[in-house]
Amino acid sequence: MTGACGLDVVGLTAGYGDTCVIEDVTFTVPARGRVGVLGRNGVGKTTLLATLVGLTRRHAGRIWLGGNEITLMPTSRRARAGLGYVPQTRDVFRSLTVEENLRVGLKGRPVSALDEAYALFPRLYERRRHFASQLSGGEQQMLATARAILGQPSVLLLDEPLEGLAPVICDELMRSLDALSAKAGMTLVLVEQQIERALDFVETVMILDRGRIAWSGVAADLRRRDDVIETYLSIPHRH
Amino acid sequence: MAPIPGRPAASPRPGCRSRGVPGRELVAPTVVAILGALAYLAFPDDLAFFTRIIVAALFVMSLDLVVGYCGVATLGHAVLYGAGAYAAGILCVDGLTDPLLLIAAGSVAGVVAGLVTALVILRAHGLPQLVLSIAVVQLAYEAANKARDITGGSDGLSGISPGPVFGLFEFDLWGRTAYVLALVLLIATLVVLRRVVRSPFGLLCRGIKQDPDRIRAIGGTIYGNLVKMYALSGAVAGLAGGLTAVTTGVVGLDSVSFEWSAEALVMLVLGGAGTLYGALVGAVVFTGFEHYVAAVDPYHWLFVVGALLIGVVLALPAGLGSLAAWLRRLLPQGAP
Repeated sequence: MTGACGLDVVGLTAGYGDTCVIEDVTFTVPARGRVGVLGRNGVGKTTLLATLVGLTRRHAGRIWLGGNEITLMPTSRRARAGLGYVPQTRDVFRSLTVEENLRVGLKGRPVSALDEAYALFPRLYERRRHFASQLSGGEQQMLATARAILGQPSVLLLDEPLEGLAPVICDELMRSLDALSAKAGMTLVLVEQQIERALDFVETVMILDRGRIAWSGVAADLRRRDDVIETYLSIPHRH
Repeated sequence: MAPIPGRPAASPRPGCRSRGVPGRELVAPTVVAILGALAYLAFPDDLAFFTRIIVAALFVMSLDLVVGYCGVATLGHAVLYGAGAYAAGILCVDGLTDPLLLIAAGSVAGVVAGLVTALVILRAHGLPQLVLSIAVVQLAYEAANKARDITGGSDGLSGISPGPVFGLFEFDLWGRTAYVLALVLLIATLVVLRRVVRSPFGLLCRGIKQDPDRIRAIGGTIYGNLVKMYALSGAVAGLAGGLTAVTTGVVGLDSVSFEWSAEALVMLVLGGAGTLYGALVGAVVFTGFEHYVAAVDPYHWLFVVGALLIGVVLALPAGLGSLAAWLRRLLPQGAP
């Protein structure tokens, strides 16, 4: 791995073309930390992650990865600097097999490194000869995540990894992410709509609303803040 | 990253990761070798024609590397082929007669032409890229035409008389040496290219074709890898060009023409892009069709070729190479 490092973002304003989707976003993710980004649909969560990897138009602000400024780097250099990204769309290469998809992510590492991905997601080993287009949604998510971690990122950005997955697959995926974070020391930034699962996993949370950070704090505190949850996450009452 | 411990039950056994069945990669080149040997024995009078098919197959495979595997739109690939043909031809006229060295020189010239072409056309995408590639091949054609002192211009470059292969095997009137040399080069190229397209670099190129943004997000560079593949494609196209110069003894302007580029693209679509075998099948079917149908009806053979193309594209959009998979689907379940 590139080495555990954190992420520092200051005054980030970005969007598509002249339109700003996120405005003046400032936050810090400590090395080995787990941060959840929550918020309703359309508040800019996906745009925030896409901006961190350089896929949107940045209007202002700066980004540091482990002390190195990556603000002006193109996407490929950010990835080589240690920023991993698993997009919401689970962009696996559909015409390649599972193993070929993983080999694309090796970036010069020996083929034996695939064992890391198979150890983390044993299901992928069973399906290694299948084309990515033949996988279920959960398996595609595992593949996209596994391919990202083969690049040995120090910080992994995950955009709604649980969307559309069966509960049992969600459990399997979250266990794997837990192992990544706890044992491999990877810093994780998780955008998620499943609030309860996200709060079980992350240590700190920031809530976006209309492209700005509306609330941030410790995950355990958010559980007690029904007013915040009701205002920004559209969950009237929790039991 | 350290391996994640604690998942012994479902973790793969060490060393049992899939790498394909040993020797499986050699099945296809072996089939090509057997078919090539059968053709040698069964049709000894047609070896010059078969050599032409092999040259076309090599050229179409080189085109497949950039079109089928990288998604680059080009109608100017003959620049790479022509560079190889002229380099080998000119060197031979100037006194270098070792056929293998001439072919190697053709391959190097193809790499140089590939790099120069890539620098120009990879700056654009889609239709502008296609137009740029046409402009490049037209420029190369005109340059070859104007430099008639070196290239022979529209009369072609003649007087190419390579020596024997390994100092032993003369190029004979029946084309035996030329055919065997061409067949060996085809098989060697096929083995090498199969390894390349299945390597992480080859897979990265296929990823670029499908989703360049995703490749960037995992740290891959688009331009650099496409230029590398273009150079490799140039090596193969230049090899084909050098081979044709050595085996036919002439190099014409048609070797660097838009028409030859377009014909190669037609062969690729006919056989199926992105498989290497499709290129092989397309070259064999198209060149064979052209040869035999034109002999039967020299005036209307293009109609038949056109009808074949329309039929294949409509019935088998993935090309003739996908015919085997299509037939398999037609067979009832459980059929042998």
